[in-house]
Amino acid sequence: MKPLKVIKIAWLALMKNKIRSLLTMLGIIIGVAAVIIMIAISAGTEKSIQEAITGLGSNLIYVQASMGAARMGLGQGQSSSGGGLVYDDAFAIADQINGVAGVVVEQISSENVKVGDISLESITIMGTTADFPSVRDMGIASGRYFSQYEIDRTTPVAVLGSSLAEELFGESDPYGQTIIVGDNVRLTVVGVFEEKGMVGDVDYDSRLYTPITIVLEKLTNNMFARFMGNRVRLIYVEVDESVGEDGDRTLDDVIYQIELLLAKRHEVTLEEPDFMITTQQDIITTQESTTAAFRSLLAWVAGVSLIVGGIGIMNIMLVSVTERTREIGIRQSVGATPNDIRWQFLIEALLLSLIGGVIGVGAGIAGSWIFSQASGMRTVIVASSVLLAFGSAATVGIFFGFYPANKAAQLDPIEALRYE
Amino acid sequence: MNDNKTIIDGRDLVKVYQMGEIEVRALDGVSIQVQEGEFIAIMGPSGSGKSTLMNLLGCLMIPTSGKYVLDGEDVSDLDKFELAQIRNQKLGFIFQNYNLLARTPALQNVILPMFYNRISHLTDQEQKEKAVSMLEAVGLADRVSHEPQELSGGEQQRVSIARALVNDPVLVLADEPTGNLDSKSGAEIMDLLVDLNNRGVTIVMVTHDPEIASYTDRTIHLLDGKLAWEVKNGKELD
Repeated sequence: MKPLKVIKIAWLALMKNKIRSLLTMLGIIIGVAAVIIMIAISAGTEKSIQEAITGLGSNLIYVQASMGAARMGLGQGQSSSGGGLVYDDAFAIADQINGVAGVVVEQISSENVKVGDISLESITIMGTTADFPSVRDMGIASGRYFSQYEIDRTTPVAVLGSSLAEELFGESDPYGQTIIVGDNVRLTVVGVFEEKGMVGDVDYDSRLYTPITIVLEKLTNNMFARFMGNRVRLIYVEVDESVGEDGDRTLDDVIYQIELLLAKRHEVTLEEPDFMITTQQDIITTQESTTAAFRSLLAWVAGVSLIVGGIGIMNIMLVSVTERTREIGIRQSVGATPNDIRWQFLIEALLLSLIGGVIGVGAGIAGSWIFSQASGMRTVIVASSVLLAFGSAATVGIFFGFYPANKAAQLDPIEALRYE
Repeated sequence: MNDNKTIIDGRDLVKVYQMGEIEVRALDGVSIQVQEGEFIAIMGPSGSGKSTLMNLLGCLMIPTSGKYVLDGEDVSDLDKFELAQIRNQKLGFIFQNYNLLARTPALQNVILPMFYNRISHLTDQEQKEKAVSMLEAVGLADRVSHEPQELSGGEQQRVSIARALVNDPVLVLADEPTGNLDSKSGAEIMDLLVDLNNRGVTIVMVTHDPEIASYTDRTIHLLDGKLAWEVKNGKELD
């Protein structure tokens, strides 16, 4: 028999039972759609995260206090140079390391903020330094940013994130207004940032920015301050764009110099440092491996649902073989060979899973779109996921169609004709 | 009649079924010859082996022992594939319950044997034309696109006769062809079979109804898996 004929027979048989065919395909449809949607979600998430990270600026090095060493330093009651990072480390890096374009120190505090009758609770107060706008790529919408001079003198000034400014002052101009932060720290507004949007899970627009010295000296709990001195958690170092391009200095060189400098300042060895240096690339790599793990987990879940769909096909095909025993007998009596019967049922199963696959791809693409509209999360349809889902559907169809098809082929024509 | 070709030449046909520990000799050494153009009936009470003989002659199974030559070809030891080919090219079946594909138009039912035909290479259009002419020949020109459930019993049996003839078989096997029909439709079907026989189609029919058997030239009676007696043109042979 010509292949086309078998396909035609199988197609006619399926069309005779439209509802049952559709129900049989449901498992495959859901499986394929699940594969596509899940991969679309994880690809979308991955893309958002990558964009968020690169949105912070591409040449960033993070210098972090290593907690174990910092605590040890505290226990021994050493001076501020003994353990962890201190505020002055940032200046040392900026002054002494070649290839550093800017250094930012951030110290965060959470305080109530009051202007006139408006009082907001738990606003993130970000104490930071002069290079912050350039390193973090933040533009000033109105007014100005504070200077190193003001930082050194602990001048009580503030720059507002765009949404915070609107909450506190609405349409009116916040410039020169006084804000009361915490118990009784009065800050004068000198500027408002442009809207930045969410970067990762951080909303830069809802924050209040002030010289780091204000946070260290006026907003940090006294007891805590005595122990901590002017310790900071994190120093951001923006590396000059020429690094890595001219070949003289690489990013690794800059990192090594920072390590040497800090080791010397903290009187520790490079083998047992009390700080940790991470690059933007490290973070991207970590994120990628996390999302890759997430993605393969989703792929497994989707794969299982495809297998379940395949078992569904096998079930229905087995029922169908029993139900259509008489039909098989009739076909055998007019000359269908075992192979003719086998192919008919195999191709029925294959058609079911392929049609289910096509519908599933459609449902998956539509589902991804609906999901992103409904949840606001980003989804990206990955072409390979469509191929993967479709290919697995076909494989599942053949695999799970084989047993019922074989069973049909081996029916005895006399028994089959006698079947009621 | 001896000038005619021998269509069926069965010698010492034995069929043994194993039912658990018990052996059932459904057919116990039956020899049967049928010449081209004959119309014969096989009769016998239930359990006499007439269905088994029918299934053997119809190449739906092979004998446990004995030799069966159909149209000059020894088919007593063929495999399932070869048997299917023989059924397709040499045989046509008419069943008591018609055995048409449900929810399938008469035309498609008649085309079915041609679907599985590996010898003739008719185009779809030629197959369709042939099926239509077969349906016309059995008086169903206006029922071509009707599905079985829309047809009367007599009409369904006519469709199955058209299907049996469509691959130009050397032998038509009819198993109680009037068993599910009222006497009027039954008589019409028998007239049709006699008419076909007069045009040269060889027919072997199983029945338990003597009146139906009387339409044929020759009746073979089976009892307990053996040939009991034979009646030819109204005269009993040994």
